[in-house]
Amino acid sequence: MLNQKKKVIVGIRCLSFSYNTTPVLRDVDLDIYQGDSICMVGPNGGGKSTLIKLILGLLTPGKGTITLFDTSPSQSRLRVGYVPQHVQFDPLFPISVIDVVKMGRIGRSSSLYYSRNDVSAAMDCLETMTIKHLAGKPFASLSGGERQRVLIARALATEGDLLILDEPTANIDNRTEEHLFELLEELTNRHTILVVTHDIGVAAGVFKRIACVNQQVVIHPTSELTGELIREMYVGNPQFIHHDHRCTFEQDND
Amino acid sequence: MTEFLGALTDPGLTFFRYAFFTGIFASIAFGIIGTFVVVRRISSIAGAIAHCVLGGIGAGLYCQQVLGIHWLTPTIGAIMAAIVAAFILAYVSFYSGQREDTVIGALWGIGMAIGLLFIARTPGYNDPMSYLFGNILLITKSDFLLVVLLDFLIVALVLLFYNRFVILCFDEEYGRIRGIPSSLYYLLLLLLVALTIVLLIRIVGIVMVIALLTLPPAISANFVKSISQMMIISILLCMFFIVSGLALSYPLDLPSGPVIIVIAGACYLLCLLLMKVYPTNK
Repeated sequence: MLNQKKKVIVGIRCLSFSYNTTPVLRDVDLDIYQGDSICMVGPNGGGKSTLIKLILGLLTPGKGTITLFDTSPSQSRLRVGYVPQHVQFDPLFPISVIDVVKMGRIGRSSSLYYSRNDVSAAMDCLETMTIKHLAGKPFASLSGGERQRVLIARALATEGDLLILDEPTANIDNRTEEHLFELLEELTNRHTILVVTHDIGVAAGVFKRIACVNQQVVIHPTSELTGELIREMYVGNPQFIHHDHRCTFEQDND
Repeated sequence: MTEFLGALTDPGLTFFRYAFFTGIFASIAFGIIGTFVVVRRISSIAGAIAHCVLGGIGAGLYCQQVLGIHWLTPTIGAIMAAIVAAFILAYVSFYSGQREDTVIGALWGIGMAIGLLFIARTPGYNDPMSYLFGNILLITKSDFLLVVLLDFLIVALVLLFYNRFVILCFDEEYGRIRGIPSSLYYLLLLLLVALTIVLLIRIVGIVMVIALLTLPPAISANFVKSISQMMIISILLCMFFIVSGLALSYPLDLPSGPVIIVIAGACYLLCLLLMKVYPTNK
């Protein structure tokens, strides 16, 4: 088990949230510790992205509290490196890969311009993601997997204390996905990471804890992730099985 | 061409020189702001602002001629209407969600209706056609000076906030997470769009101004690698369209606004065709 005395980075207490009258999250309690790595799974519409938007302070909780680095999310979200689920960009948007990564440096100082330091930090992050050679390419000309790696590099360029990735493996093929998880596994050694994913099978080997999000949040160390345990989890929350075939343990039995 | 150069140097045709230089200088504002309008996909918002301007022009004419408020010229009225429209549209996009396009359509029509009613109640002959489709005979020295002033403002603001504007056009939510007050920048962008539109209404008119705002960036987007390149190419294209439109319309005795737009439209179609035949990877 994780050492409970570790520093809490994200503290969520009795959190509830609804869009208009539709409840999305109920009575959520969750702590994310320094050095933690959590993968978040659950059905579509179960509240994963909502929970992330709440942690980033883009939404305000209906009930309960969220702290990020001991203050409010909107005050400290500059310390988070974030990979959004969809970047809805214009396919003709003229921007190079390095210019996208440099965006991660904005907000680190009050300067309106990027310094030489920012550029070299952005290049280093591209190197970490093994795509330094793409720096000068137009972002729009990349494949889905390459774009994801650019967006992860942008999140790394923030040099934040928490890395949040919202479905980084959506819309990319299996081989690219495996490679991406290998890169993420390396990152877990150096960063506190929260990843939303559909692929519980691959994620279980990479992250320390797993959070099943479906209105409520149930969290378990991945080391305890056995078929038996997941079955128990689902008996308590039968909607997991009915709503999300991906959240079953079929991958584990393969 | 000789006729065009003759007209430019003819001391009796000052309006033509003003039209020419207003066009050249307005291209700077148009290329820069048009680029943002295209990549941020707000051309319908720009259209609504343009049409609201007629309301301000009508109110200006009415105030000057009926109420005797002499400082409230049609140009001042146009600028005020454009700014009010920008505020309304910014507010609507922050708070109304999906109903934004309904408001855009409503504002579009209401602005024109108010303008036409004011013009109907203003004595004397005021032809709304010249505002709708442009009339270079109406361009004055103060219009030209206003354009130069706005160029300075836009170039200064964009040089200062270039990186932030680019983030907000590319990925607004990410900008907010990086601590950029995105609604403030969006409002600023709409205000700049509003002012830019007012400037070229004299030349190409309310109805066609959006085409001149969006066609140059739409063409340049196919060839460039960054927003700044896109701006520079758009400025040059916009200058080319205006100058060639003026040069062609003068000897042919055609209204210059439509000629400018037809040239821009033809270049855009040609560009689309070329991209189909020779697709590039940039």
